[in-house]
Amino acid sequence: MLNEMDDSPELQNDGKDGDDDGLFDVEDQQKARTDSVDLSSDTSLVVDISDALSERDKVKFTVHTKTTLPEFSESDFSVTRDHDEFLWLHTMYDENEDYAGVIIPPPPPKPDFDASREKLQKLGEGEGTMTKEEFQKMKAELEAEYLATFKKTVAMHEVFLQRLAAHPTLRTDHNFRVFLEYKQALDVRGRNKKEKFGSLVKLVTKSVDEVLVTGQKDVDPFFERERTFVVEYHNKVKDSTARSDRMTRSNKQIADTYIRVSSGLNALATLEKSDLDKFFIKVSEMFEKLRKVEARVATDADLKLSDLLRYYMRDTAAAKDLLYRRMRSLVNYQNANKALEKARAKNKEVQQAEKNQEEACNKFEKLSEVAKQELTDYKTRRVAAFKKNLVELAELEVKHAKTQVQLLRNTIATLKEETP
Amino acid sequence: MADEREPPPLFENEDSSEKSPLEEKTVEADQEVNLNDDANDDLFSDPPLLETSPAEDKPEAEDEDESSPAAEESGGGGGILDDVEVQEEPPKKEEKKEEKKEEEPEKMDEEEEEEMESGDTFDVDITVSDPQKVGDGMGAYMKYTVVSKTSDPSFKSSEMTVSRRFSDFLGLHQKLVAFHTTKGHIVPPVPEKSVVGMTKVKMGKGQEENNSLEFVEKRRASLERFLNRSAAHPKIRANTDFKEFLEKDEPLPKASNTAALSGAGMMRAFNKVMDSASKVVSKMDESDQWFEEKTQHIDNLDQQLKKLHTSVENMVNHRRELSNATAVFAKSCAMLGNAEEHTALSRAISQLAETEENIEQLQSSQAATDFYVLSELLKDYIGLIAAVREAFREREKTFHNWQTAQTNLAKKREQEAKLKSTGKTEKLPQVEQEIKDWQERVEKGQREFEAISKTIRREVNRFETNRVQDFRSVIIKYLESLMEKQQKLIQYWEAFLPEAKAIA
Repeated sequence: MLNEMDDSPELQNDGKDGDDDGLFDVEDQQKARTDSVDLSSDTSLVVDISDALSERDKVKFTVHTKTTLPEFSESDFSVTRDHDEFLWLHTMYDENEDYAGVIIPPPPPKPDFDASREKLQKLGEGEGTMTKEEFQKMKAELEAEYLATFKKTVAMHEVFLQRLAAHPTLRTDHNFRVFLEYKQALDVRGRNKKEKFGSLVKLVTKSVDEVLVTGQKDVDPFFERERTFVVEYHNKVKDSTARSDRMTRSNKQIADTYIRVSSGLNALATLEKSDLDKFFIKVSEMFEKLRKVEARVATDADLKLSDLLRYYMRDTAAAKDLLYRRMRSLVNYQNANKALEKARAKNKEVQQAEKNQEEACNKFEKLSEVAKQELTDYKTRRVAAFKKNLVELAELEVKHAKTQVQLLRNTIATLKEETP
Repeated sequence: MADEREPPPLFENEDSSEKSPLEEKTVEADQEVNLNDDANDDLFSDPPLLETSPAEDKPEAEDEDESSPAAEESGGGGGILDDVEVQEEPPKKEEKKEEKKEEEPEKMDEEEEEEMESGDTFDVDITVSDPQKVGDGMGAYMKYTVVSKTSDPSFKSSEMTVSRRFSDFLGLHQKLVAFHTTKGHIVPPVPEKSVVGMTKVKMGKGQEENNSLEFVEKRRASLERFLNRSAAHPKIRANTDFKEFLEKDEPLPKASNTAALSGAGMMRAFNKVMDSASKVVSKMDESDQWFEEKTQHIDNLDQQLKKLHTSVENMVNHRRELSNATAVFAKSCAMLGNAEEHTALSRAISQLAETEENIEQLQSSQAATDFYVLSELLKDYIGLIAAVREAFREREKTFHNWQTAQTNLAKKREQEAKLKSTGKTEKLPQVEQEIKDWQERVEKGQREFEAISKTIRREVNRFETNRVQDFRSVIIKYLESLMEKQQKLIQYWEAFLPEAKAIA
């Protein structure tokens, strides 16, 4: 059974979907970005994930690039990348001082099919307690879930690349080009190990810094405001994401229990010699239909609400990182100032100190300038994405509820007709 | 006229004289008593074809509105008439009893239909309300107010209010089972004693805790259904203990033998063991096709109902989980709305939080409906089926008695023959007397067996009809509640939509 799962998802990402099949579309995300970044005419670098394969423990993404830019040796090409290589790319951006003022698009989450696998295993263990029909239905549900998870992870990886490709500064990065073009696998394992250790150290120092840094008040009111906002917002959005996840999970569970109820009613129907048999069968069929709708409700809420919150939690974290980097730069600048004063006082290495100070000042000011724009873009992006998804959520909820009302109304009418 | 209507005592007096000293089984002594009652009632018993009788439709229509699974009143019409008839014509009873044995079922139906058209139907509507905790600590108990409204003139008045405690209900149920099941009647189930549930209530400071509130409500509703189902059964409604329970304005004597570890409790447990042992030993040769089919059917039904009940319980639990998760999310969402700096978006998110709060209310109430309407219905029917099985077992016991009597009769006859052949005539008169006694008992055994078989057929048909009606009306009601919920959902989301669109 598990083997079947592994082989199945050969995915054709037809990102031109546009329909609300409830899945997090490439197009949806593109639209969100184009609202804030004018991409409409820019087809000089178009990236998408044209295929994905799930192997034993890894997912292999086929990254497809179409470009008119001269820096690339070809105009239409594909490479295979796995999750770790995406992480490497993100780290390269994150550590690059040139991009200190930019909000680095958050890395995609690791593909995680553990939950699905566990569920499938539990189902297999419980096979004896249910009828063949029930088992088939539940298995089909789980497979659909697995597929949905898979599609989601593909979309996440794709969005990451597309944001990079759309960003005027980030798209020019050398590592990005290598990522897109280099046919061989990138040697990221060693780097990632080092990076993981390094990041652990970084995390520790960072949090200490963070404490220091948040104590300081900013000269610039814009950034002061931003800092307060971003830190609090990040907390709240993180919390909401977790809660929303729990909610959609519960909803899905209810849809699944309808399978058993439907099946139970069917079993009763076969026992009946009275008129109740038709009655039970109708109700059983209705439950089966209802469950499909409920499952969609859960999936849609997951995509439009939970995923929205989750993405903006990450994006906000990236904004927080930016503010942190700016703070660090400010501290460097202030230190350089102090060093210059000291040098001037002692009249030792003044020129060097002057040069350092100038450098630090430039860095800081350039960073701040870029950061301001980035943060404004982030805001616009956020508002647009929320609007779009909340509107779609509400519309879908109404649609599904109407479907259910219709279904119930018809069933009740039919059942009442049959009552003597 | 009304004064004459006290069926059971009349017969008890009459029949007690018949109590033969040969009666060994104490349990069955009481059942012996009402044999005549039963036999006579059969003449006027309810026809299974309730739909055809116009008198039946009226109570059905009235009952549809009641919250407790009603529509058992359909059996009421015939029942009352039974009592009426029996009262007015005591001397005719004996003759009719003889007639009945030879009569074909069709002839009986004719008479029944005549009675049906001439009679009225009486309602009994009982509510159990206002659960109150009395006392504190381990000695505490719950008392309930029982209000009965009836048009049945055999009751003391048309509206009666009494206060009863839980053990009173248990005691009543016990008495009804002892009296009725052995005659093949199906006695509605009563909620069990729950140590865990009650301890929570007893130890609880007030009635604020949700868990104990739920437990109390579940119990109250269950007791109400028990009383209404019992009142719908024509024989049970006429039972004095039942009447007393509803009528007597004073506290009833404490049913101490409902306690788990009492003497009577031990007796019950002992008897249960004896019953199951005898069942293994003497499996009845079922010559009656109907009974064989029905037993099978009931067993299957039991199995499937239990499965469905488990599924529904799971559904209830998940809905409760969802309701909790939604409430928590709504709060978190409200905080997010406050944190949001963009005004329009902030407003929209706060609206979303409100919408989710409203939805949570819906989900909560849906979970309650799932439970009280659907889950409890299934549980009740599982209990009723257990009662049906009890009745079937009683029939087997009766058969066993009959067979035993036959065996003994044969033995005595052998003995007689032996004595005659050996010429030892001193003991002969005694043995001949014994033969006569056993002969009587054989006849009685056969009568009883046939009577209980007949009663059970009737009871099961009634049970099936009620079951069909119950399930139909309850399930439709449940679906209607589901539909209502979805309609409200539409309202809430449509109210939210403009807010979301207004984000600029």
